[in-house]
Amino acid sequence: MKTCLVVDDSKVIRKVARHILETLEFEVREAGDGREALESCMAAVPDVVLLDWNMPVMSGMDFLRALGDSGIENKPKVVFCTTENGMGHIRAAIEAGADEYVMKPFDRETLESKLQIVGMA
Amino acid sequence: MMLGNQPQVASTSAMGVIAAMLEQRTGQQIAANRSWRIETALKPILRKHRLETLDELVAALMAGQNGNLAETVVDAMLNQETSFFRDAAVLDQIADAVVALQQTVGGRRLRIWCAGCSTGQEPYSLAILLSERLGDASPTFPEIVATDISAAAISRARNGRYSQFEIQRGMPIRRMIRWFDAEGEEWQTKAELTRLIQFRKANLVGDQPPPGRFDVILCRNVLMYFSAALRRRVFCQLAESIRPEGLLVLGAGETVIGQTELLKPSQQFRGMYTLAPAKDAASHCVA
Ligand SMILES: C[S@@+](CC[C@H](N)C(=O)[O-])C[C@H]1O[C@@H](n2cnc3c(N)ncnc32)[C@H](O)[C@@H]1O
Ligand SMILES: [Mg+2]
Repeated sequence: MKTCLVVDDSKVIRKVARHILETLEFEVREAGDGREALESCMAAVPDVVLLDWNMPVMSGMDFLRALGDSGIENKPKVVFCTTENGMGHIRAAIEAGADEYVMKPFDRETLESKLQIVGMA
Repeated sequence: MMLGNQPQVASTSAMGVIAAMLEQRTGQQIAANRSWRIETALKPILRKHRLETLDELVAALMAGQNGNLAETVVDAMLNQETSFFRDAAVLDQIADAVVALQQTVGGRRLRIWCAGCSTGQEPYSLAILLSERLGDASPTFPEIVATDISAAAISRARNGRYSQFEIQRGMPIRRMIRWFDAEGEEWQTKAELTRLIQFRKANLVGDQPPPGRFDVILCRNVLMYFSAALRRRVFCQLAESIRPEGLLVLGAGETVIGQTELLKPSQQFRGMYTLAPAKDAASHCVA
């Protein structure tokens, strides 16, 4: 079973994502901000991280950079999942090392297709 | 407006008439257990024309006063489900096969036909894969002709503008930013991509196929609701449009096996079909 870490400061979004991911047979973990996400990755590296952009304490972009500097081996695939839908944000996320990008709102098929693209579904 | 001429469907109910019209014009059959689709699909049209029931719609069709009504009704009932990079592994195989074929034909430009291309996601995906392999400025970049029976689908395909929802279905993000521009909430194919494909409205049943022969024909997820007899006929016409070394690609769940003697699985390219030897297609095609 693959593991997905859902990182979002919105409990509702985490719940929706969890539900979809569980139907896709992922084991789901949650984090409410980038710092929690980093700690979670240090404890056990997930296969894939679903990452919000705007969050308190540590943003998605800061998490991505911190993950890059963390020395963690077998880095997880990172799929940004955000309402920041502009080209500028997308480019910045890719430059910072994101593997894929989902523009909110999304549905099950979208998420499944993006997970397929990164080889996780 | 001709609604007769369709002995197979004997039902006199409005549903039967509409299903018969769909089959007569497109070859598509609606299974009895999916006829609820008709009602759902036609609701917006009923509302727009202030009609209460399917019977009233049939009456309006027979009165024939609204020239586009029949086409609108048929369009609404077609299954146009598609997505970018649908069955991605198969598209990759097609692109690889095109590159391999290109090497065997020297300087000649290959010709590809996407039959039943819906709103364009399939030919655009293929054009992107080929550009990545051959370079979109290559003088021998294949000619891609894409056809569909639906005028509305072809017009959307030609415009190359997709909602966020549509583009996220299957389009990897790096390819999206390489080949599309943001236009408000929507995503527009860049001119360098749009220009790689010629879109045309054409019915596989009745219209002439695009002229000339093709090296690769895609006809994916189009023929599955055709009657066996009609599917046979279309295979026959497709066989006539394929070059001797050419390939036919069907949808993931489709096959020619048991449906026609004119085509057989390709030895070289898995999952694709090629002309069966020593068969003169024309003599087998019954009009
Ligand atoms: C389910 S879509 C498949 C689109 C694409 N080939 C794919 O696999 O994603 C089927 C398409 O076939 C078209 N179609 C149905 N009957 C047709 C006919 N008789 N001639 C041409 N196109 C037809 C429909 O309008 C629709 O766009
Ligand atoms: Mg947020």
